[in-house]
Amino acid sequence: MLLEIKDLTVEVAGRVVLRDINIAIDYGETHILFGKNGSGKTSLLMTIMGFSGYKVTAGSIHFKGEDITNLPIHERAQRGIGMSFQRPPTIRGLKTHDLIRTFGRNDFDVDQIVDNLEFSTFLDRDINLGFSGGEIKKSELVQLSLQNPDLILLDEPESGVDLENIKVIGRGIKRLLQKNLHRQRTKSGLVITHTGLILNYLEADNGYLLLDGVIRCDGNPREMFESIQSTGYEECARCQR
Amino acid sequence: MPEIREKAEAARGKQAPYGEDIDLTAYEQSVSVYGDDPNLERLSEEEKNHVLEVGIDVAKTDRTGSFFLKGHSPVQCTVGQAGVELLPIAEALKKYGGLEKYWWQAVDVGSDKYTAQAEIALHSGYFLRVKAGTQACFPVQACLYLSEEGISQNLHNLVIAEEGAEVHIITGCTTAPHLKKGLHIGVTEVYVEKGATVTSTMLHNWGEDVVVRPRTAVWVEQGGTYMSNYVCLKPAKSVQMYPSVRLKGENAVARLNTILVASRGAMLDVGGKVSLEAKGAKAEIISRTITTGGKIISRGMLIGQVPNIKAHLECSGLILSDEGQIHAIPELDGWVSGVEMSHEAAVGKISQEEIEYLMARGLTEQEATALIVRGFLNVKMEGLPAELQQEIEKMIMESEESFL
Repeated sequence: MLLEIKDLTVEVAGRVVLRDINIAIDYGETHILFGKNGSGKTSLLMTIMGFSGYKVTAGSIHFKGEDITNLPIHERAQRGIGMSFQRPPTIRGLKTHDLIRTFGRNDFDVDQIVDNLEFSTFLDRDINLGFSGGEIKKSELVQLSLQNPDLILLDEPESGVDLENIKVIGRGIKRLLQKNLHRQRTKSGLVITHTGLILNYLEADNGYLLLDGVIRCDGNPREMFESIQSTGYEECARCQR
Repeated sequence: MPEIREKAEAARGKQAPYGEDIDLTAYEQSVSVYGDDPNLERLSEEEKNHVLEVGIDVAKTDRTGSFFLKGHSPVQCTVGQAGVELLPIAEALKKYGGLEKYWWQAVDVGSDKYTAQAEIALHSGYFLRVKAGTQACFPVQACLYLSEEGISQNLHNLVIAEEGAEVHIITGCTTAPHLKKGLHIGVTEVYVEKGATVTSTMLHNWGEDVVVRPRTAVWVEQGGTYMSNYVCLKPAKSVQMYPSVRLKGENAVARLNTILVASRGAMLDVGGKVSLEAKGAKAEIISRTITTGGKIISRGMLIGQVPNIKAHLECSGLILSDEGQIHAIPELDGWVSGVEMSHEAAVGKISQEEIEYLMARGLTEQEATALIVRGFLNVKMEGLPAELQQEIEKMIMESEESFL
């Protein structure tokens, strides 16, 4: 198992935001998180990444067999977890190319990655400063591609992106998750989506419905999405398959 | 000019409105005299490298002119382009009969004891004139070098860019290696005439016990541009300066950039004032300051005297140590309707969100902090020669060591 979350309960500022979460993602699998705003989806990704403010009060997170529940963020990143943020901060004065230079990826064709994501004109700009929704997502994917993680956490990769750019981003994610490979695929994903648009670009193996910090359902992500679309989140949770 | 001398005498003991009061008698006025050294051959390798850190290239590669003041002696003063005149100030005063039109016109000699001292006990300074229509191909460099322990340098510089002229002045102010104590008083008057452009980049690298009192004033006429970059990233005991720019002609422009790092024990009271006095004038003051234990007062003032002017002021400060303090004082003073002036000021720590964002890319907390700080200090300074930009970046990197 690449990622194994067991009985995880998390508090933010003394309030429980996730309760008894159990998720297991194997190598090469992509799982989808559904749920309405405030249901705890982003909190789950932030907890896996190790952000401060997300206090694990029970349960554990194992990555590649190692307990990472208390590891600092950068050590998780160095072990192969990467995240695309929904609303990343702006860092004034820091150019995107200066950041990606620190990744030391001499083994990668950086230009190709940047071109594929149509991002070359942004490398010289301050990170996320004045970026549109689509530009933010592309910036995140460029960084992630060079970081080359094994587990990719994507927080609403399609939000705020126009229809033309969603193709570029969708293809970028597909490449990241090695969707072109079949047997030898090792990259895994955990993806938050509201619109489901991203499902058009990647075959997902499993879906979860989060409501009020609790996983209320899991199953085939396409079927779940269709059910949510036709009957809403509450109804989908009620079916109690 | 007896009236100037009278005013100076009257201000001899006058405390400056800002900055701690300095006992001028605590510094030596008489110092060694150094002979001409046009190629600076008498500087040791260590000294050459030291002045290079403040942008002074001893080899004068890509420099239109070079002035080197060692203690009180102008040991070098050379210029290699017609239309650009560079002289030690004493010679210029003699040659142009006192320079009445400029001398103590932009700066009031009676401002405080430091301006008074610069008149009463003037040691040296440089005179730079760029004749009408002349564009200096490369920057002119001036090194003001405190060569001995405990001395005072009382200087008066004069810069005149005549109509349509263009020049970039790099002023590197520094102390000899290993030297600690000293006082630097530098009066600088800059006259930017019609359509002229003056860029002034000043790098400071003082001994840790050096007191610095620059007194700069700039007049900019119609369509003229004055750009100033001030960089002080190394320890200094006390710096107080509040350069003022008067945009006197229509469509005159001023841009003042400051980047400062105050280490423990330092007291930096630094600001900039721009008075917009003709329509179409534009000004921008940007300061980025960091304390790693010292105190910074970051002043900024925009005065809009007429309609149709536009100006912005930005003071950002990062406090990286609980011992440090940053006091940002941005001021806007509008006299009529039709002025457009704004300011933003922010003082605080590095945002945890930014650090963690970079840590999620695999950087340690220290590496993330360093990148953010480097970005913070990365103010766009226009017209900077590449090697000077590199020197500034190097200084920023070195200053990181003090807080990581």
